[in-house]
Amino acid sequence: MQTPTDPAPTSHMDLAAELRLPTNWLDYTILAIYFVVVLGIGFAARRSVKTSLDFFLSGRSLPAWVTGLAFIAANLGATEILGMAANSAQYGVYTTHWYWIGAIPAMVFLGLVMMPFYYGSKVRSVPEFLLLRFDKWAHLLSSVLFAFAAILIAGVNLYALAIVVEALLGWPQWVSIVVAGFFVLGYITLGGLSSAIYNEVLQFFVILAALIPLSVLGLKKVGGWDGLSDSLTESHGGDFVTAWGGTGIGSDNPLGANWLTIVLGLGFVLSFGYWTTNFAEVQRALSAKNMSAGQRTPLIAAFPKIFIVFLVMIPGLVAAVLVPKIGTAGSDLQYNDAIPYLMEDLLPNGVLGIAVTGLLAAFMAGMAANISSFNTVFTNDIWAKYVVKGREDTYYVRFGRLITAIGVLASIGTAFLASSFSNIMSYLQTLFSFFNVPMFVVFIVGMFWKRASMKSGFWGLLVGTTAAMINYFVIYKQDIIDIPSDQGANFVSAIAGFVAGAVVMVAVSLFTAPKPTEELQGLVYGTRSPGMEEPPAEGDDAWYRKPALLGWSAVILAAACYIPFSF
Amino acid sequence: MSEYSERDVQRAVTELQGKSATAARLFDIRRIIGGLFVVYGIIVTIAGITVSDANLDKAEGVNINLWTGLGMLALGLFFLAWLWLRPTPPPVDTEQLLPEPDKDTE
Repeated sequence: MQTPTDPAPTSHMDLAAELRLPTNWLDYTILAIYFVVVLGIGFAARRSVKTSLDFFLSGRSLPAWVTGLAFIAANLGATEILGMAANSAQYGVYTTHWYWIGAIPAMVFLGLVMMPFYYGSKVRSVPEFLLLRFDKWAHLLSSVLFAFAAILIAGVNLYALAIVVEALLGWPQWVSIVVAGFFVLGYITLGGLSSAIYNEVLQFFVILAALIPLSVLGLKKVGGWDGLSDSLTESHGGDFVTAWGGTGIGSDNPLGANWLTIVLGLGFVLSFGYWTTNFAEVQRALSAKNMSAGQRTPLIAAFPKIFIVFLVMIPGLVAAVLVPKIGTAGSDLQYNDAIPYLMEDLLPNGVLGIAVTGLLAAFMAGMAANISSFNTVFTNDIWAKYVVKGREDTYYVRFGRLITAIGVLASIGTAFLASSFSNIMSYLQTLFSFFNVPMFVVFIVGMFWKRASMKSGFWGLLVGTTAAMINYFVIYKQDIIDIPSDQGANFVSAIAGFVAGAVVMVAVSLFTAPKPTEELQGLVYGTRSPGMEEPPAEGDDAWYRKPALLGWSAVILAAACYIPFSF
Repeated sequence: MSEYSERDVQRAVTELQGKSATAARLFDIRRIIGGLFVVYGIIVTIAGITVSDANLDKAEGVNINLWTGLGMLALGLFFLAWLWLRPTPPPVDTEQLLPEPDKDTE
């Protein structure tokens, strides 16, 4: 799943045909080497898979820098990269909000506050935590919702990949769907989560190697940052190059949001929902080798996240200068074309191959993150708890491999669903507001309010999800209330889901029995479980590995980044 | 059906963790990152050394292949050097009591 964003209601992922890249044998060599390495990682990781814990959670044994980079890479899918560049071409520097306020606080909260509960309780998935905190109904509902969402979003990634590859390289759509699906299927069935995570770490560096040269050349072309911001101020107005300009309550800006909705809506509801309860992300932290590494996973990821915004925003802004009509009816180029356009315009063969490889790697990693979390939830939380219980461990490893294959095939099928929505990112966010926001309410209430009863989890989740869907599909789509954009509607749906879920949880709790206190140890704030008592590993008491220091540094750094863009 | 409790999870996961093979058998990713980036670095640097005028003009007069290639080569060598200086530690080190606060690579 990707960070919620909505680059442009009008922009389709249909890239313009003239974006065909002048690739040659050199670029294809670079791409071929990458595909060989991707599968090689799968084969090499195969021998490390002995138990189901190895297959689904890397045996809880990976170092923090690996899980941290995988945590950020799982988010840095190609839909995110192209979408955020599109966002910047359309809305300008407002894009930074999706990073500095829409990600960092939630990532730090996950690391400092929530990881002790997740990791210490030894749960293998986010739904399993709900099973312990609430009951099997909340567990089953969240598992099924998550499994559906993961497959749908893996399908979205695959579909987006096919469109981009068709435009850039001229491959027919079915070829890239089959090739990418086959590789993801191959390396996850072979090596399980370990090979998914290792490939994500690799992808992280390749995508940096692609985006840094692109941003540098882009900046040079428009006369550096000063030239860029002067041109944009002239063509788009001064607010375009500031983070907060025009966001006063009651004033009008293209984003359709004021500072309060940015802080509360994006910075709190949407971002906390995504970063703290989305298992595709949390799974990376759960595979860390100890509590300290688990806590540091999202914190280590926060530092690159602060700066990656420049690598997606600059190409978007440069495209807005070079193609002033981008995204409007007068231009062949859509907002989503920003990065492919600059690749074609600026990169010579060689670096071009790296950039194409990075983009394909990002698409595959975005899909793989969802597949590798889907197979875990489906096997551990649905199959092993409700369908075929109590079999030997090797059975569940075999089943995990089978369901991975089924999941990939299902996501190929759902790829076509994405085409009926006006834009892929909006589609993702629509789904996201339906699944993650109510999840987040249930978590936050359950974790901080001891009295929240066993039954309240299920009802909070159900009503929250339903409220968000009704708001979107009935109230907005039937024009009962007037919301200017899909993005506004998603946002209102998210709030509706949040409020409805919280109200229902409180109401249900007041009339049903609370969970006995002794069963809440380590699951509710203020209690501790045996798993949390684990002493810090050797070396983890070094000052630069203190979670609190890392976390607060990230928050302060993100706040400081706002300063140059606020005046 | 009796409710599944935290104790059951703790027991199951602790038991699986005892049998887990990842820590002992999974290779070190630094080797792969290092290897791939050295290879990419060499390829792209060579493309930079043999650059054509057309490609130079396209990239705003910057020899972007050369610089990117050297950067990737440096990153690859960094990972290989890190691996060489701090090799993968042996998996089970409960008996090893040597304090070594700087063990980055665990």
